Amino acid sequence: MTAKLMTVRSGALTTVQDAGRRGHAHLGVPRSGALDAPAMRLANRLLGNDPGAAVLETTLTGCALRPDRAVTAVVGGAHCPVTVDGRPAAWGAPVRVPAGAVLNVGTATAGVRSYVAVAGGIAAEPVLGSRSTDLLSGLGPDPLRDGDVVPVGAPAGTVALPVAAPWPGPPAELVLPVRLGPRADWFAPAALRTLTSATYRVSPHSNRVGLRTEGPPLERALTGELPSEGIVLGAVQVPPDGRPVIFLHDHPTTGGYPVIAVVAEPALAAAAQAAAGTPVRFTLG
Amino acid sequence: MTGSPPLTTRAAGRHALLVELPDAERTAAFHAEVLRRRATGALPPVEEIVPGACTVLLDGVSDPQALARGLTDWDVPQRADDDGDVVEITVRYDGPDLADVAGMWGVTPAEVAALHTSLTHRVAFCGFAPGFGYLTGLPPELHVPRRATPRTRVPAGAVALAGPYSAVYPRSTPGGWQLIGTMPDPGPLWDPARERAALLTPGTRVRFVTADDISTGVTG
Repeated sequence: MTAKLMTVRSGALTTVQDAGRRGHAHLGVPRSGALDAPAMRLANRLLGNDPGAAVLETTLTGCALRPDRAVTAVVGGAHCPVTVDGRPAAWGAPVRVPAGAVLNVGTATAGVRSYVAVAGGIAAEPVLGSRSTDLLSGLGPDPLRDGDVVPVGAPAGTVALPVAAPWPGPPAELVLPVRLGPRADWFAPAALRTLTSATYRVSPHSNRVGLRTEGPPLERALTGELPSEGIVLGAVQVPPDGRPVIFLHDHPTTGGYPVIAVVAEPALAAAAQAAAGTPVRFTLG
Repeated sequence: MTGSPPLTTRAAGRHALLVELPDAERTAAFHAEVLRRRATGALPPVEEIVPGACTVLLDGVSDPQALARGLTDWDVPQRADDDGDVVEITVRYDGPDLADVAGMWGVTPAEVAALHTSLTHRVAFCGFAPGFGYLTGLPPELHVPRRATPRTRVPAGAVALAGPYSAVYPRSTPGGWQLIGTMPDPGPLWDPARERAALLTPGTRVRFVTADDISTGVTG
């Protein structure tokens, strides 16, 4: 018998995420998957899970879960207090949660998204090869609500090697290396200078679709309508208000606003942990 | 007719190439050639092949520059009109914007149905929602603008027009397209449990038939 987790407190937004839904972008299906993918992989490795096993991704306020059988879990990603039945427990390392005890993932003290991995992985029903919740198009399991029961898979039975877990802290300043294009030529030369010299801030309206920014608008050289075209993860799209949006994992697969540059994928994990108000700089590279 | 494609390539980050073509027709031909080459193993590994209105995005490529150089040698045949799977979609031409569209086309509402069913459409690309296909096939004189005010709710199965495109909404969403009809059973448009999740995949040909013409919902 495998364990089930009762959702005692679902928090602001808690979703199931794994390595995402690849190969379906041409049907309008976003990639989805954990925004801080290295945190997901590390939490899984610490439990002997497949690195892309499904985990829970929380948002700012954590969540609380009660397993019906004893489970081993790792809470990583955004730093937060962890308790089991009210007693302090380890963050970023395996924690034994007895049957009927409550694992509480507290409000993030640094960063935005904590990850709760459980030995055996979250066993939600896969859709198109992934268990990830896609908030743009509504594929995969719904975000957790209080009282929801989350199935856990069978633990692999292998003992995880002790890993010196290199959890990075959240960025004090989010530095995003970009390559210009594919539509940099739709912008005035001054806009390219602004992009790589101004300081933006993470907007509170950011979500899993995109990291929105506040700062100087980027002026376009071409004002016509761009015919819809495919968009990559990390694309820096510039909507009519001129404030760049960095597309994260639930981004639409095609769009009609010009993409001025693309952020290198390894930098997106830090973007997922950058709280509203964090300074953002774009660098060429 | 074959020939080197008149294309422009643009880098999209480190692992993707956006290939730009002069028009929808040549984009469809180039997209078909990409799929042919992938099927025969003549394309380097690509994770996603995403057509757009006048582009094809090749994403998840280890060396986009090398791929871009290779494209200049490609021989891209023109896409034959009868090339590709055909799907028939049954429509009741009863949309709330049917009279407006008839006015813009300068015909009666019954003639809108006759015109729309007389054309062969083709899925150019998907987006907006899973299984939402943008269908080309309307001649320029039948292009209509989006509605000035989008609707907060367009029902699943709505058959709609905007600009050069026709579409069928796979599910209820907000939308600004002109609604000319209804597909009575929109379920087959999107079913992720099915081997082919989307009915309308890029390259598929589509014929609309009126509900009086056939009794089954979808063939193809």
